[in-house]
Amino acid sequence: MSKIIAQDKSISVPGETLAVGMDILPGTGAYRDGEKIVAKRLGLVTIDGRTIKLIPLSGRYIPKTGDTVICKVIDVGFNGWRLDTNSAYSAMLSMKDATSDFIARGANLTQYYDLGDHIVCKIVNVTSQKLIDVTMRGPGLRKLKGGRVIEVDPNKVPRIIGKQGSMVMMVKDATRCNISVGQNGLIWIDGEPVDELLAIQTIRKIERESHMSGLTDKIKEFLENSGKK
Amino acid sequence: MHQELREHIIKLLNTGIRLDGRKLTEYRKPIEVEQGVVKTAEGSARVKIGETDVMVGVKLEVGEPYPDTPDEGTIIVGAELLPLSNPDFELGPPGIQAIELARVVDRGIRESKALDFRKLCITPKEKIWMVIIDICPINDAGNLFDASSLAALAALKNAAYPKFDGEKVDYKEKTSKKLDLEKTPIAVTVIKIGDKFIVDPDIEEEKAVDARLTVSSIEDGTLCAMQKGGDYPLTTEDIDKMLDIGIEKAKELRKHL
Repeated sequence: MSKIIAQDKSISVPGETLAVGMDILPGTGAYRDGEKIVAKRLGLVTIDGRTIKLIPLSGRYIPKTGDTVICKVIDVGFNGWRLDTNSAYSAMLSMKDATSDFIARGANLTQYYDLGDHIVCKIVNVTSQKLIDVTMRGPGLRKLKGGRVIEVDPNKVPRIIGKQGSMVMMVKDATRCNISVGQNGLIWIDGEPVDELLAIQTIRKIERESHMSGLTDKIKEFLENSGKK
Repeated sequence: MHQELREHIIKLLNTGIRLDGRKLTEYRKPIEVEQGVVKTAEGSARVKIGETDVMVGVKLEVGEPYPDTPDEGTIIVGAELLPLSNPDFELGPPGIQAIELARVVDRGIRESKALDFRKLCITPKEKIWMVIIDICPINDAGNLFDASSLAALAALKNAAYPKFDGEKVDYKEKTSKKLDLEKTPIAVTVIKIGDKFIVDPDIEEEKAVDARLTVSSIEDGTLCAMQKGGDYPLTTEDIDKMLDIGIEKAKELRKHL
């Protein structure tokens, strides 16, 4: 007889048995070990009918196809660039995915992207061996000029973006900063010095209080109050 | 390599504000000094400046004096930059960074005559105390120089001699006799980015450094050691300004000892 052991919305730790039985399915963040469904990471248990999944509360970024990420150039090769994705795996940006310009054989690739540059790119493929391919073709994908990059917990990124980007739009409007959020937990901010600091403060506040309900209103209030000062 | 970041920092500095919102010559807060954190060492201290966290241990060993200074003890400073504290650090023999850090701390203490080496002598030409200072950064969030030299000083202040019967040292028993620290040389690293001078750089500002000058001074403002780093040269006016900032800020840091 199958049995769900963990409670809905409870917190699980890696290795914790969440349920027993062959008719229960493991979702993201959980795996099957014989009869048992076991938690893979620290997270919030979500029971959806017969599937048990975890909303991760910690951990580093795991690359996923289709994610828009902010990467740093760590190597310039003969036919492309190697990028640091803020995860355990580095990504490859090939020449044909980088630009539609004609690049002569043996051209100096650093004129496009140099070591240490940050770029917004999109993951097009992740192999089973975690080799990542990214592209620069698409709306909003570009090299980042000026500004600064800060790091946040990648698991809090959905909260920072908000529903249909509502949260980040609110921060952008209130602080008059340009902000780009990468799914890998890197955020690029560019604006006037004081505004930038306010944007960072707000993002840190969202990160800290991401588990609370009514966060949007709270942040709205926070931004309004800081604007008055 | 960090040109974009450098330009952005300069843009900010021109408005009198830094990446994290501090003023140009403001240290991160809080500055914490904790003494006696390692029981097995004769003296120890842990210093936190903002997120930067450094631990220093002092050991006292009996050894032979150098032939040219038969009646003087000595100090040996070593630093080990652990990968734990900064992903850019690598295991293995100490690199340029670690050697420089150790030497800057060493020079501050040595040249200020904070320790009277003659008092470390047990029997001239035969036995002396060797003061071994080990620096171990727990977290490098920038400005290891200032944090390490402050921690080394706090550890020296905390150090007590172990029991010594003329033959063997018993490290299990400490005596009430403390190391005699006569002066407190405080190192302050002043950074030049563009045409602005700042103190206590964080990790990002350290990447964008043009030049840096570590200034060690004692209580009355007497300069005792300097170390220049970074790729760009400094003019004499620059150095004058940096010295003034360094000596001024040292007074502030000294209050935490």
